[in-house]
Amino acid sequence: MEGPGVRGENAMIRVTRKMEFSAAHFYHNPNFSEEENRRVFGKCNNPHGHGHNYVLEVTVAGEPDPATGMVLDLKELKDIMQREIGERMDHRHLNYEVPELAGQIPTCENIAAAIWRLLEPKIGTGKLDRVRLYESPDLFADCSAASNGGKA
Amino acid sequence: MSGALKLSLTRRYRFAASHRLYRPNFSVSENERIYGKCSNPYGHGHNYSLEVTVSGAVNPATGMIANLGELDPFVEREVVEAFDHKYLNEEVAEFASEVPTAENICREIYRRLRKFPAARLERVRIEETSKNSFEFDEEIGGREQRAP
Repeated sequence: MEGPGVRGENAMIRVTRKMEFSAAHFYHNPNFSEEENRRVFGKCNNPHGHGHNYVLEVTVAGEPDPATGMVLDLKELKDIMQREIGERMDHRHLNYEVPELAGQIPTCENIAAAIWRLLEPKIGTGKLDRVRLYESPDLFADCSAASNGGKA
Repeated sequence: MSGALKLSLTRRYRFAASHRLYRPNFSVSENERIYGKCSNPYGHGHNYSLEVTVSGAVNPATGMIANLGELDPFVEREVVEAFDHKYLNEEVAEFASEVPTAENICREIYRRLRKFPAARLERVRIEETSKNSFEFDEEIGGREQRAP
């Protein structure tokens, strides 16, 4: 049956898909002294590393295709997330095994930005709107496109 | 190819507090009509969940917008210690003259946290119950969601 659907100027819909991955990391800046590393990073500086169950929410914005009623095929988004993020980061050590994070401290902020850069060119239908990465239920980072040319 | 990115960091805190919604310049029946059981003279309490969002450039040396080693003690001192296990109407000076609705609590928390020196305060969001949440930020000027 052909309903009124969602069309026109305000037809933009956000669709969010969630996934989880588990990974290890620690924080250490080689330009800092040992004492400074401990002061700035606290227990996150433990060189043996520690881990989190990360929860990733990927939001894509677009207009639903009138033929399918969908902004994009969520199965396709699930596959992209699994291929680009799951396979790179799940059960990995983020300091050593993820080239996209090489030379960076693998904080929630930096991981979210790396995930954005990996996913953004792969989203074929709709536009990547937001990457939200939970490191724990009480801490998350959001990454989106700067709306005014880089005012962070 | 990615353009400029905007990043924010959100941290959740919790406090439990009691309050009473009541305005002395309204009559008792008016208070009851407007605030319902929330104006019960003995007060009542909630477990509040507080989300604090900061934004700004990620410091390349630390990978952080704000170090939680600085943000956590700031929020603890400015809000959690002042509000947790308190009767807001009588123990938080600002609510002597302002009804401690979740809207006003949210705005007061924003006022206290905007002084955070290390990053820009982007948004304050509180959940008063699992069904009611309230957001305040300067650009939107406050936004509210209520379950039916």
